[in-house]
Amino acid sequence: MKKRSLIPILYIAFLMLPIYWLVAMSFKTTNEILSGFSLFPQTFTLENYITIFTDPTWYWGYINSIAYVTINTVLSVCVALPAAYAFSRYRFLGDKQLFFWLLTNRMAPAAVFALPFFQLYSSIGLFDTYLAVALAHTLFNVPLAVWILEGFMRGIPKELDETAYVDGYSFPRFFVTIFLPNIKAGVGVAAFFCFMFSWVEMLLAKTLTAVEAKPIAAVMTRTASSAGYELGLLAAAGTLTIIPGAIVIWFVRNYIARGFAMGRV
Amino acid sequence: MRTENQKAWFFVLPVLALVAFNALVPMMTVVNYSVQETFGNNQFFWEGLGWFEQILRSDRFQAALGRQFLFTFLILLIEVPLGIIVALSMPRKGFWVPVCLVLMALPMLIPWNVVGSMWNIFTLPKIGLLGYFLNDVLGINYDMTQQPLSAWITVVIMDVWHWTSLVVLLCYAGLVSIPDAYYQAAKIDGASPWSVFRYIQLPKMKTVLTIAVLLRFMDSFNIYTEPFVLTGGGPGNSTTLLSIDLVKIALGQFDLGPAAAMSLIYFAITLLVSWVFYTLMTKDDAQ
Repeated sequence: MKKRSLIPILYIAFLMLPIYWLVAMSFKTTNEILSGFSLFPQTFTLENYITIFTDPTWYWGYINSIAYVTINTVLSVCVALPAAYAFSRYRFLGDKQLFFWLLTNRMAPAAVFALPFFQLYSSIGLFDTYLAVALAHTLFNVPLAVWILEGFMRGIPKELDETAYVDGYSFPRFFVTIFLPNIKAGVGVAAFFCFMFSWVEMLLAKTLTAVEAKPIAAVMTRTASSAGYELGLLAAAGTLTIIPGAIVIWFVRNYIARGFAMGRV
Repeated sequence: MRTENQKAWFFVLPVLALVAFNALVPMMTVVNYSVQETFGNNQFFWEGLGWFEQILRSDRFQAALGRQFLFTFLILLIEVPLGIIVALSMPRKGFWVPVCLVLMALPMLIPWNVVGSMWNIFTLPKIGLLGYFLNDVLGINYDMTQQPLSAWITVVIMDVWHWTSLVVLLCYAGLVSIPDAYYQAAKIDGASPWSVFRYIQLPKMKTVLTIAVLLRFMDSFNIYTEPFVLTGGGPGNSTTLLSIDLVKIALGQFDLGPAAAMSLIYFAITLLVSWVFYTLMTKDDAQ
């Protein structure tokens, strides 16, 4: 038994090393980073974090990112719910083809869409808004949400729907008061995945914004190139981007495994 | 059983409208550019399939495609077996399960550009933990900004770090769904650990493994941000994968025609391979 648990421990250690290094770097002064190697911060400093929390370009980067991620998550889950219900309960003309077509959008390389998205959202006047990024991210998040929710809904027996109708429930009332509470976990997992993929995606978010809705990633790259590579500051900014993910993952910890399997276990 | 009901289309309409707007309009733009030549000033001339021919014959595209296939092949070769091994040795119940799951999922929740920056800081000679350890402690000459081989190894290890947990979590989800009775029966029959794996665990993991391979194929084939931030495609062109090359042509050089043609070829390849996986997957579902 002892020997077996060695593998996960080693694996987690491997995962944590670069993260540790990022966090350690964020507490070092630029001087210390450039002057030589040190395993722990010698002169512990909060300077880098203070810069981020006092400079509007920095903290607005976080606010912008969280804004479009939230819009995207709400939008994706709301439109995916009825669609997933339709796929899990009914057969209709072209359902299989439609489902596959939705999935193909999850397969599309983001690089393919960068330029056309830029032109599309510029032409409808949404360039450099939260809505542009949120809408662009629905391209891969909506299919994902439909897929996950469909998997969870399939696990709910159809008798539940039928009994409710016999009891005189209307469809909207049944859906909100009976069906939704039954797939709470699925909704949570779908929302988590939408949050995750919108939060980590950077190519489209950067292409579709300039000043007003600039995500934290764009602030980071611009700082990296303009301010002569301040590694400590970059590390602090990176460390702060890990925190929202770490918080949301704690809430879905019991469902992540099933979620990654798209509810198909 | 699902019932036949054409009104279900109304439920699907919002999704259809949203995804169609995001997918069809840009796709038409790409198709449009791919068959035309422009000399600026919004003047376009019919080019036919010229760009496609040019891209398919160009050494640059073939080299990038080759690097892309090598990268994806290495990723699948390392991440899938490693993921299975870690999932098999994870505890099934108790306090450590959620801790393991959360820690393992953490790399996947880090923005992709931060992953690139993080590995840059981690591997820099003199400054980074790994760079310092390899160069100054072990005496190995390692510098991923100068040596193509070091750059390749770093990019592959970065992806292993980033995404192996996906395979672990999927396999783990498959493993916990196996009832205890199966293991007890195997124990009574005196089955070896290998036959337990081969005849009980592997069949149960088949569906999730297909999903894992499909997702890992798609995402590693479309990878852009992490290697771009880490190496910028260099040194030279050694780590210029397909997406990096495409963005260079489209947004860097603004060669719309070739970039559009390349986009379509790229998408077609991803789609074709993914479709093979998808049919395998749904075939299992039907059984």
